[in-house]
Amino acid sequence: MKKITSIFLVAILYGCGSSVSPVDQGLIDQVMHIGNGSEPQGLDPHIVTGVPEHHLLITMCEGLTTSNPKGGANLPGMAESWEISEDGRIYIFNIRKDAKWSNGDDFVADDIVWSWMRVLTPSLGSQYPDMLYYVEGAEDFNTGVITDFTKVGVKAIDDKTLEVKLNNPTPFFLGLLSHYSTWPVHKETVLKFGEIDDRQGLWTRPGNFVCNGPMNLKSWELNKKIIVEKNPLYWDADKVKLNQMHFYPVSDINTEERMFRAGQLHLTSTVPSQKCGVWREEGNPNLRIDPYMGTYYYRANVNVKPLDNVKVRKALTYAIDREKLTEKVTQCGQIPAYSFTPPGAAGYNPNTEIPYDPELARQLLAEAGYEKTEDFPVLQILYNTSEDHRKIALTIQQMWQQNLGISVELENMDWKVYLSRQNSMDYQISRAGWIGDYEDPNTFLDIMRTGRGNNRTGWSNQEFDELVGKANATADQEERYRLLGEAEKILIDELPIIPIYTYVRSYQLSPDVKGYSPNYLDHHHPKTLYLERD
Amino acid sequence: MLNVLIRRVLIAIPVLLVVASLTFFFIRLAPGGPFDADKVVSPQVMKNLNAAYNLDAPLYRQYFDYMSGVIVGDFGPSFRYPGRSVSEMIYTGLPITFELAFYALMIAVALGIFSGVLAALKRNTFLDYFPMAIAMLGICVPTFLMGPILVLVFGINLELLPVSGWDTLSGDKLLPSITLGFAYAAYIARLSRGGMLEVLGQDFIRTARAKGLSELSIVTRHAMQGGLLPVVSFMGPAIAGLLGGSFVVETIFQIPGLGRFYVEAAFNRDYTMILGTTIFFSAMIIFFNLLSDLAVLLLNPRARENL
Repeated sequence: MKKITSIFLVAILYGCGSSVSPVDQGLIDQVMHIGNGSEPQGLDPHIVTGVPEHHLLITMCEGLTTSNPKGGANLPGMAESWEISEDGRIYIFNIRKDAKWSNGDDFVADDIVWSWMRVLTPSLGSQYPDMLYYVEGAEDFNTGVITDFTKVGVKAIDDKTLEVKLNNPTPFFLGLLSHYSTWPVHKETVLKFGEIDDRQGLWTRPGNFVCNGPMNLKSWELNKKIIVEKNPLYWDADKVKLNQMHFYPVSDINTEERMFRAGQLHLTSTVPSQKCGVWREEGNPNLRIDPYMGTYYYRANVNVKPLDNVKVRKALTYAIDREKLTEKVTQCGQIPAYSFTPPGAAGYNPNTEIPYDPELARQLLAEAGYEKTEDFPVLQILYNTSEDHRKIALTIQQMWQQNLGISVELENMDWKVYLSRQNSMDYQISRAGWIGDYEDPNTFLDIMRTGRGNNRTGWSNQEFDELVGKANATADQEERYRLLGEAEKILIDELPIIPIYTYVRSYQLSPDVKGYSPNYLDHHHPKTLYLERD
Repeated sequence: MLNVLIRRVLIAIPVLLVVASLTFFFIRLAPGGPFDADKVVSPQVMKNLNAAYNLDAPLYRQYFDYMSGVIVGDFGPSFRYPGRSVSEMIYTGLPITFELAFYALMIAVALGIFSGVLAALKRNTFLDYFPMAIAMLGICVPTFLMGPILVLVFGINLELLPVSGWDTLSGDKLLPSITLGFAYAAYIARLSRGGMLEVLGQDFIRTARAKGLSELSIVTRHAMQGGLLPVVSFMGPAIAGLLGGSFVVETIFQIPGLGRFYVEAAFNRDYTMILGTTIFFSAMIIFFNLLSDLAVLLLNPRARENL
């Protein structure tokens, strides 16, 4: 028995020792291995929400435009060109003559019309219909005010020409089209497996799945791996160098890090935050830190005392040393935030300032009627379970206690409880993060308008609402940014939100991967990627 | 014997019903719903979603609809993964969790019984102290520490075995099976040592020795039958623990088993998935406990007398 066991062990160990790691093998086969966070909810672009889903869908489907891998204005996708009317409200898209679905069917303008009808069909329960609310009649159709889709401003003029009418000139409309919720799905395939509004249809399974992107779905093993392979019918297939991409749903960050070290992954979804500082010091050559269009901030519930007083909110905001926090606590290259919209994205630079001035903060608190800090009620910071959120909350607790002399308590809640309390406004201060859906300041400022579901602070300011509304009805980009900048100033003067830092995307990338450029939205088109060892 | 079997199966049905009903109502008490997300959707969209999953019906109606589905083996659609039914997900993850539990059990039994029996025979010598010290270590060191240590040594430093995966790279099943099996091997070693010591001191063993039987035959044919009874009784809970407790090992080693679905379902408020996996794991625990009780009855005549 012992003999058999030892032979067995030796055989296994020998077999493994001599095998080539997936990263080395990938170089030969042009197969890229990617850590993709969690198991995707699904692959139906009209139903799913989330980053892992986006990483997969960008390989398999394509909208009218695609995001620029180097950042900036969108590039042509299914539409090879477009014309915009003078008033900025009518778009004519010219669909590529050679655009095809992965099953060989011709891609026509009507595919977009049907797909948008699907996203906006109320009974589908899409979570992103508002991405199309800029189109005439779209919101009315989605909320059931009208039931006739021909009244919605999207129409196929002929097979290869699409006309879209907007409510207002929306300069970021082309940017919206690179978000998966606006992407087309193959009508015949969807209908073969269910109705237009079927959430449970099996059309996204391997073998059934038909889309129009550079890769096509090969296999999908639940919680294990999704493989996509090159789609030879893609209009730009000549440029696609990768043969396959393997996506692993590695939810444990430490497991992902070990997989990378053992040569099982080319790219990780993130890095363990406790290692980031050390790696930066040691100069880990695989560590990459890229700018990202997201802001980490605290919401203040302006409906409750003492946070209804703007002076109190200012005092709290000015008492946070953001530079110290990003340097000593988060340690991964995060940028101290002095505005809500991350600066630099889409060429927009908010001209706002937030001083770190404990003395001014104490003075503001005194002006608000809290000369004696013992009169100040105990403040609670709500955050969801995470070591990183806890560390930040602890630091801010300490800064507020030291600089303002007030008492602060921390409330740690499970993710869904945290969401539920935030939605019902049952909090004082609450941790928050916002990631842009498209590269435009509107994706940030719009959520702070009165009554927006994601505002969740109770704050309302008519002037702010008007400025953002006016900016979105303005076709002139310079004027638009000026108006949005004004709005941003009001926001930072009123401070219903306390900006803390601008996110960065930190991850590990094998030096074999070429053509992977950083961009604010973290969109990486497989067309630009290939594997080569220096 | 048959009576016991029928009685236990009949008890199992109301037990499962109570488990399912309690779970159904308890998860509804937890704050937050399956469609709560960081990005709030409009009330209209939330209404559409609730309607799509029958969540707009009164709670008692939902309960009866769900239960009538369960009776015919339909656990409903997953709320988190559109297009996937809970039955399908259990069916996908279960064989993997079973396989992992089986290998772990084999390792636990082989290692545990071997070192336990050896320790009992060589009492108060190095061969007793050493395996028992290791066993104590196995009981004390949790799997979430044992797993990464094994990975670090065998996967990263020695580059002998893959650090993660299941059925992807050759040898990737070894480390997770050892990690999961080791803790149970430790328990089994201590149980079999204790059981063996008790039996080895009894008169019938002395008689067997006096009759001149070889030591091997005394140990394997006479002592082990009684000495390993505690191990057999431990098997039921052990298998249940291996199946239900595989979550940590599945996460560390990136194994697509059922344990990960189970825990993630709770965080996601995936109501049907929580219910489906809870009912399923309860049924498994009841089944394996019954199996181990029956095995004890078969092995131990005294237990049969008390029927």
